[in-house]
Amino acid sequence: MRLFLLAAFCGLTCLSAAAASAQTLHIALREDADILDPTLARSYVGRIVFAGLCDKLFDIDEKLQIVPQLALSYEWSDPKTLVLHLRPNVTFHDGEAFDADAVKYSLERHLTMQGSFRRAEISVIDHVAVVDPMTVRLVLKSPSSPLLAILSDRAGMIVAPKAAEAAGKDFGLHPVCTGPFQFTERVAQDRIVLDRYPGYWDSRNVHFDRVIYQPMPDSAVLMANLHTGGIDLAERVLPSDVAEARKDPKLRVIDSPSLWYNGITFNLAHGDRAKAPIGQSALLRQAFEAAIDRQALSEVVFNGLYSPTIQAVPASSPFYVPGFEAPARDLAKAVALVKQSGVPTPVVVSMNVPNTPDNTQTAEVIQAMVREAGFDLKINLIEFASSLSAAAQGDFESFLIGWSGRADADGDLYVFLHTGAGQNDGRYSNPVVDHALDTARGLTDVAARREQYRVLLEQERQDLPIIYLNHPVNIVGMSAKLSGFRPIPDGIIRLQGLSVSK
Amino acid sequence: MVRGRALNRFLQRPAAVAGLVVIAVFVTLAVLAPLIAPFDPIATSWTAIRKAPSALHWMGTDENGRDVLSRVLFGARASLLAGVVSVAIAAGIGVPAGLLAGFAGGWIDAVLSRIVDAMLACPFLILAIALTAFLGPNLTNAMIAIGVSTAPRFMRVARAATLEIAGLDYVQAATTLGTTPLRIVVRHVAPNILPPVLVQASLALAAAIIAEASLSFLGLGQQPPSPSWGSMLNSAQRFLTQAPWLAVFPGLAIFLCVLSFNLVGDGLRDALDPRGR
Amino acid sequence: MKLGARIAQVIPTILLVSVLVFCLQQLMPGDPAIVLAGEERGDPRVLAQIRAELWLDRSLPEQYWHWISNVVHGDLGHSWRTRQPVAELIAQKLPVTAQVGVMAFLIAVLIGVPAGVVAAVKRDGPWDYVANAIGLAGLSMPNFWLGIMLILFVSVDLGWLPASGYVSPWEDWRQSLATTVMPAFVLGNSIAAILMRHTRSAMLSVLDQDYIRTARAKGLAEMTVILRHALRNALIPVVTLGALELGTLLSGAVLTEQVFSIPGFGKMVVDAVFNRDYPVVQGVVLVTALLFILLNLLADILYVLVDPRLRRA
Repeated sequence: MRLFLLAAFCGLTCLSAAAASAQTLHIALREDADILDPTLARSYVGRIVFAGLCDKLFDIDEKLQIVPQLALSYEWSDPKTLVLHLRPNVTFHDGEAFDADAVKYSLERHLTMQGSFRRAEISVIDHVAVVDPMTVRLVLKSPSSPLLAILSDRAGMIVAPKAAEAAGKDFGLHPVCTGPFQFTERVAQDRIVLDRYPGYWDSRNVHFDRVIYQPMPDSAVLMANLHTGGIDLAERVLPSDVAEARKDPKLRVIDSPSLWYNGITFNLAHGDRAKAPIGQSALLRQAFEAAIDRQALSEVVFNGLYSPTIQAVPASSPFYVPGFEAPARDLAKAVALVKQSGVPTPVVVSMNVPNTPDNTQTAEVIQAMVREAGFDLKINLIEFASSLSAAAQGDFESFLIGWSGRADADGDLYVFLHTGAGQNDGRYSNPVVDHALDTARGLTDVAARREQYRVLLEQERQDLPIIYLNHPVNIVGMSAKLSGFRPIPDGIIRLQGLSVSK
Repeated sequence: MVRGRALNRFLQRPAAVAGLVVIAVFVTLAVLAPLIAPFDPIATSWTAIRKAPSALHWMGTDENGRDVLSRVLFGARASLLAGVVSVAIAAGIGVPAGLLAGFAGGWIDAVLSRIVDAMLACPFLILAIALTAFLGPNLTNAMIAIGVSTAPRFMRVARAATLEIAGLDYVQAATTLGTTPLRIVVRHVAPNILPPVLVQASLALAAAIIAEASLSFLGLGQQPPSPSWGSMLNSAQRFLTQAPWLAVFPGLAIFLCVLSFNLVGDGLRDALDPRGR
Repeated sequence: MKLGARIAQVIPTILLVSVLVFCLQQLMPGDPAIVLAGEERGDPRVLAQIRAELWLDRSLPEQYWHWISNVVHGDLGHSWRTRQPVAELIAQKLPVTAQVGVMAFLIAVLIGVPAGVVAAVKRDGPWDYVANAIGLAGLSMPNFWLGIMLILFVSVDLGWLPASGYVSPWEDWRQSLATTVMPAFVLGNSIAAILMRHTRSAMLSVLDQDYIRTARAKGLAEMTVILRHALRNALIPVVTLGALELGTLLSGAVLTEQVFSIPGFGKMVVDAVFNRDYPVVQGVVLVTALLFILLNLLADILYVLVDPRLRRA
């Protein structure tokens, strides 16, 4: 019944959409992207648009393995020197040839441009040398095994040097890269239009003439458009909409493991608010965790689709440490731990919560759960912008915040847990953790690195600077006619290989 | 005697009286909510999530398994409080400013009037959103933001009424007789601007309740888990197709409450100022 | 009040608006540098660099002067988030909101004026009460809730109209109409109530005038009297007062566009506030206020022009 109603939801939209969809791919985004300059961009959705516009040196596959894109191969000539062999016969959208000079230009732009958001990611690069037109050498300040994964994201995107030089800071208004599609137009909060780049090096894998990215923050709108065919593919479909979408034979819903996590960050040593009992007592934090039923949380808020976790990296990652599974709720233990901490109940804990509906609901569920263990959780709803600001200034006791995740575990751990790191808002500092993080960066063997992360995790479980709650799944809704979709854990939609089957 | 006649005129208007009765019912429900509400409004139940209205839960349950009827009842507290407090703030700022502008005249009037013009030129809701964001999103700050954004209206009403009164013969006579300005304001002006301010207040109450709901709807009002009608609508929006009752009942409550205040406001205006009719 | 003085008032008001808009967003929490720094927010060097670039490390008067002198030269700056010029953003969004607004106004006139006429002619009769009740109901409904209810019934249950989204009339005018008619109705309905009241009281005062009695005495049909003589004169104050309601319209657009996912002015400004995209907030509010002030002025001038009695006052 509902399905029928929904099919009628956008009665008119489907008419116009059916005619155009033969060559045009309509992709819905959960929010509008920010600036379309790989050096200056910050947002997650921006990365989805870049997948159409800008190729990277490397890509990652379903198993989070590094695969070639603009770099055909690489070798470490020593632990501090990475040599990249580039793909020949590649051109930028403006016709300029892609070569070693362009790679050097882009990496240096990331490193030196004012306002660059890539600098911190690749600051380990000391300098870039052109060996020959198809070979570059990256000389590092110290060994860095995560670098390859970092070059498979925005830091590895190569921009057209002439166009970038001419446009300066306005390059993002008309980006020029080597990707399968080139920039055509952008109407803020409405659409970003890309057209097929005929000179693309892998053009036999591109089956659309045009891609239109449309921000659709409202899930009712999004689902109506999916059901009626106004949208061919939608990222981050809400878990609560999955059951409905599965009933529609014209749709396909794919949920696959993601790199995201949701968690609670505690303020341990950042200003006065760290002096709250929850920031001072690891026992209280352990009690807090024991009182949370992660499975129930997932079922109530996320229709059971998000997997409970106590690690920053998902089970699908090679860096996931076996043997550290999310424990079941243990209320008796929680009550005992609170007692042991000696803090009188109710223990008041304030939590900053960005004011989106699912965050609010998560906070309300946790509030009800920990109340039984003697916690009085005060939810401080706050706009996202203010919440980041408050975090950076230490104005929080605890903070409900997620992370979109990176292909390499280092990107999920170092910046949050290392002493003095960029997003270590609670100022957690532990020599064992620091040592493990630093050591892991110098190792290339995955098993050896995982061992370091096991050491880290053992310490983290004691201190609980962050309580990891769950890993979301990437839920993609798409027209059943669409084939060739590859669920990559980073959630970024690759356009290569996607096509409409007859 | 004038008041008595006004009261009679008000009581002769069935719509206005009905409005007053509904408001009285809402106030009673809000005050007695802990006694009347069938459930604890913040008691969650993981086994009764988004259940449609039934004999047990007359208005269904929400996304955390809480009883919607109980939440609507308790939500009346937030909405009524928000209405009363923000209108008090608005009148508290606007009326003295209007008296001052109207009575002092000259450059004081000019400056105050331009400020009011400027504030009224910015869309009300944007002003309130920005102010709430500035103060931090919670109910108290939402009330302050609405109050400050509404103040210019009171200032205008008070100023106009003051100008009218100040021009009257007996007030002018009092001025020439050397009565202090403060005394004139207290004795002559204040009682006479009461009727238009009262009318403005009842209409502003209606607007303030909608404004609070709007801010809460944008996630800038009541802090969870306490309910307010606007914040209930905010979380309902995610489940519009799966659980429409979440959006219907809080909205109806807002509508009824605001309608009643508007009816009373209209009735007051007609009763106090027969020329308007 | 003299027209000249009225026009002279506009300039200080606009200046005050610019100061108000500027101060308001400077007071907002959430250091924009931290918001913009995102993942690098822990690095003081990055923050210092962003502040320097955006003039955030200067004094407030300096920042204001920098902004307002650019505005005077026609440069509203560019979005901090996407780097698109604010003027271009406004040019993209204004037509969308204007389209919905004009439709809303048409709907308001089509409902409000006839209802007001009926209410006045059938004064204190049942039709008066019905018109009044409907008008009040329209005023008492939160815009965004009415929007949600319309989506639920008209789109979800009946499937008559698209739930939300926006199509430009240049692309497909029928689609465009279909996507904007519900938001326009939501916006127009509260204005209809106000127009109804204005029309009713204007009609009542006109119907008491001598020339109407004369017209009736001459034996003209009641319909002719009402439509040709009374309404024509009553409409003058109604239309000018109606122009003032455009301010209400812009304010209402904020939430209505949110509910219907229409990429217009209101949605842009709310998103910009939440993203701390100050140049966009400043630009949009300034332009809105300017429009509002100019419309007010226009209404005043119009009023004086059509009603000679006011010239003496």
